[in-house]
Amino acid sequence: MTYALEISNLAKTYKGGFQALKGINLTVEQGDFFALLGPNGAGKSTTIGVITSLVNKTKGQVKIYGNNIDTDLEKAKSFIGLVPQEFNFNQFEPLMNILVNQAGYYGVSRKIAITRAEKYLKKLALWDKRNDAARNLSGGMKRRLMIARALMHEPKMLILDEPTAGVDIEIRRGMWDFLRELNKQGITIILTTHYLEEAEMLCRNIAIINGGEIVEDTSMKALLAQLDIETFVLDLVPHQKTITLDNIDYRVIDDHTLEVDLSKLQSLNQVFEQLSNQGVDVLSMRNKSNRLEALFVNLISTKNITNSTAVVA
Amino acid sequence: MNNSIALKSILTKEIQRFVRIWVQTLVPPAITISLYFIIFGSLIGSRIGQMGGFDYMSFIVPGLIMMSVITNSYSNVASSFFSAKWQRNVEEMLVAPVPNWVIVTGYVGGGMARGMLVGFIVTLVSLLFVDIQIHNIWVIIATVSLTSATFALGGLINAIFAGSFDDISIIPTFVLTPLTYLGGVFYSISLLPDFWQGVSQINPIVYMVNAFRYGFLGISDVSITTAFAVIGIFIVSLFAIAMTLISKGIGLRT
Repeated sequence: MTYALEISNLAKTYKGGFQALKGINLTVEQGDFFALLGPNGAGKSTTIGVITSLVNKTKGQVKIYGNNIDTDLEKAKSFIGLVPQEFNFNQFEPLMNILVNQAGYYGVSRKIAITRAEKYLKKLALWDKRNDAARNLSGGMKRRLMIARALMHEPKMLILDEPTAGVDIEIRRGMWDFLRELNKQGITIILTTHYLEEAEMLCRNIAIINGGEIVEDTSMKALLAQLDIETFVLDLVPHQKTITLDNIDYRVIDDHTLEVDLSKLQSLNQVFEQLSNQGVDVLSMRNKSNRLEALFVNLISTKNITNSTAVVA
Repeated sequence: MNNSIALKSILTKEIQRFVRIWVQTLVPPAITISLYFIIFGSLIGSRIGQMGGFDYMSFIVPGLIMMSVITNSYSNVASSFFSAKWQRNVEEMLVAPVPNWVIVTGYVGGGMARGMLVGFIVTLVSLLFVDIQIHNIWVIIATVSLTSATFALGGLINAIFAGSFDDISIIPTFVLTPLTYLGGVFYSISLLPDFWQGVSQINPIVYMVNAFRYGFLGISDVSITTAFAVIGIFIVSLFAIAMTLISKGIGLRT
């Protein structure tokens, strides 16, 4: 089977000796929606840099849709659309020129490029700004412009490096819908993000990178299944009663809020039943924190502890 | 992959850039050259008399045009490519399947376009001051094309190495300007003592200015064949250097 992305033993050491990647292995299937998570400086952007040939690797192999970047770089590049973390377009150029020129770099004729630019600018609500210089756009608009630019050659794989950083929630959700739509059309999407909720909502598979090493590479489902405890916040009808729950860890926050920690083996029904018996009504319920965030912190801290131990030893 | 479309895209982008800022790119050379004609041609030139068998104004016209071509070809690519590095929009090309020779050729083509357009504007301005004669139009076209290509390549290499905007003004100020002024724009090198004539032989601009002057006036301090050979060697060498630097990602990839 040909993977959309196949990374073997990839290492990168920068001048000065900083080892950003320590021989990572990673595969992404065609049509996947894949998350690459990690704290700042973990190696996410370096990995993307190597894949897109903006960073020279020290060793290892990268294949894009079966094309080795060492031997078929131009072919490999033609499959990728990149939305980088930093704004990297000419701030003085009009949006239309940016998009049409970008398509030209991939050999797309001007006529087709203009049609596509119109399609994506309309789709991403930038059409009214098509003749404006890019510097006049807001932060969210600039991010959308970079997405439109990355799609101009209709790539098979879209790599987004923190695409929703600094974008307000409404636009972020609009971008999520758009990315889901692209993925449904068969485009493989690789996403790095600091918003773990984003990864949980969008991605089917996930890899967590820390200190230049992959510490987890699995499906989102399998990863979330590792969670033992989940915290729920219950909004109650205000009451004056003293709540007691048997065999359940809980915290009474105030007269209308209760937090309960449930393991996988415990049912929410037990909570509702006991509250009902005590005459306390539940109005609504939500997860206290992002579940993935808890796991992420756990994985990263485990890794850090292992490293510290190794240093001490 | 259609490389001609990619090349056309880079070229179009480059031409659009200098046309968009025409007040900064196309007007100043016309004003500068007018001042040269007024000061060196009319005021001082009339007291100098003839040089190389021509009145001084006619003698300096080809050199002044060439000086504008050199400066503008160089600075166009140096500033445009460095800006692309600085704003990081050079990455638009680096992530795309654009062969390195297309990037080099596209930027050099942009530099040549500005250099030759400025050369044309300056020629039109010079017509206000002097009647221009043409000895060999093909020599003029070949010299201006090859010279602008040479200095556009130089500007590209400068921009590749540059880490700040200061770095792209150092070479024009400390290397290009002295070489141009000592390159026979304002005088025939045959007027120099033997030693300095010898030293002038290692200045490539001497060959470019003289070949260009030959195209207009039919006179030259150096052999035209040698002049084209020197320009050819410079183009091939600078192209090879630019290609190597971009292939290795010097100043572009980490």
